[in-house]
Amino acid sequence: MGFVLWWREWTHAFLYMSPFVFSAIGIALSVGISVLGAAWGIYITGSTLIGAAIRAPRITSKNLISVIFCEAVAIYGVIVAIILQTKLENTTQPFDPESMRAGYSLFASGIIVGFANLVCGLCVGIIGSSCALSDAQNSTLFVKILVIEIFGSALGLFGVIVGIIMSSQASWPSAPI
Amino acid sequence: MYGFEALNFNVDGGYLEAIVRGYKAGLLTTADYNNLCQCEHLDDIKMHLGASDYAPYLANEPSPLHTSAIVEKCTQKLVDDYNHMLSQATEPLSTFLEYITYGHMIDNVVLIVTGSLHERDVHELLEKCHPLGMFDSIATLAVAQNMRELYRLVLVDTPLAPYFSECITSEDLDEMNIEVMRNTLYKAYLEDFYRFCKKLGGATSTIMCDLLAFEADRRAINITINSIGTELTRDDRKKLYSNFGILYPYGHDELSVCEDFDQVRGAMEKYPAYQGIFAKLSFGESQMLDKAFYEEEVKRLTLTFEQQFHYAVFFAYMRLGEQEVRNLMWISECVAQQQKSRIHDGVVMIF
Repeated sequence: MGFVLWWREWTHAFLYMSPFVFSAIGIALSVGISVLGAAWGIYITGSTLIGAAIRAPRITSKNLISVIFCEAVAIYGVIVAIILQTKLENTTQPFDPESMRAGYSLFASGIIVGFANLVCGLCVGIIGSSCALSDAQNSTLFVKILVIEIFGSALGLFGVIVGIIMSSQASWPSAPI
Repeated sequence: MYGFEALNFNVDGGYLEAIVRGYKAGLLTTADYNNLCQCEHLDDIKMHLGASDYAPYLANEPSPLHTSAIVEKCTQKLVDDYNHMLSQATEPLSTFLEYITYGHMIDNVVLIVTGSLHERDVHELLEKCHPLGMFDSIATLAVAQNMRELYRLVLVDTPLAPYFSECITSEDLDEMNIEVMRNTLYKAYLEDFYRFCKKLGGATSTIMCDLLAFEADRRAINITINSIGTELTRDDRKKLYSNFGILYPYGHDELSVCEDFDQVRGAMEKYPAYQGIFAKLSFGESQMLDKAFYEEEVKRLTLTFEQQFHYAVFFAYMRLGEQEVRNLMWISECVAQQQKSRIHDGVVMIF
């Protein structure tokens, strides 16, 4: 009970962490978790696609689109990680408020992009799996289910847009004159 | 947790689920059955089946074709599909697939024991056994004289061993005991399968437990109807009913005191699913009950394919495959015996 009351000490725990820690973790999360989402989606689609294609080989070329949509999610994560990395500048005043703000915004950007791409990859993967099975039975269904996948892949784009907006305001203080 | 199977089912089961759905796409449809029902000779049937998945199995059959040859080859196709899936499955799917065959093992055991009782040759009996239910040492069943020997010599090494605990008596095997043994074993098997599916959790347990509950209730009704007028006492009859399903426990109480078909119909009035089945039959008629149950079973099995990422599709495919073989057998027999008017009495359309 006493721990919670010493809130000044708890804020110190955050205030004494360098903004570079937060930025680095944000960049790591951005690419790491996006790639997790993409890989998860690809294996969900791929295993079903291989099994269904044994009986209906015609579905393979069209259904690679589902795999490509999942892959795009990983590419978003890499692009945002590179953008975040270029925003990371060295500064002589790491504990200046502006510095801390830059660190936190890079961290937030990384989390946003990482988790948005994680769920987007999962979504596209699961729909892609059902798409492969439906296409194998009735080829008129493919285009209709593809529309659902397109809406699903927009989720990753939302994450990228918000992440880039968050990180664009990250500015590090220059040296005092 | 029900609802999140999609996240990790495909690691082990995705490929096989897609394969089994491919097999299901090869099952005969209503249009195929209508074509088959128009056939005049068994060779026409072979020609029509040449366009289906059975083509490689029937292609080399010599021309004076018999219904037993058609049925044997079609069953062989189902067995090959099953073995293909079992060889690629990992746990727990491989155990699930093995559970599907234990029912056939029980039927084979009872077939051989009954046949030996009637002094038939073991090899003749082995040929009549269902291929899905074969196990090593099945031929040794012919030497057993009573149930204790049956268990000790042969069955203790098979997967049926745990189902025998309620069956072991020293009585000699005779007609009545063998039927009671068959039903007791099947009851233990269904309960074991039900517990296993419940343990798997998620969509598999929800869908499979419904299917198994229907199976248990259907067996309870069939046991009741078949034991009307025999020496089976009410308590013995009640012991053969499984401990799950919609009819457990109050429906079982009512069924155990039924003495004729109309009383069974009356007992089933309170259960909408089964009341619907009995409503299709007019009063006093019991021959069409089997077909009504098969139709209801097929309807429930086809519904399992509506959902993805669960194991019940494998169970459903095996059962639908068996129904298709039964349909082909009926059609072939009707065509061979020139009884085309009765052909629609026995065919249960699947799709």
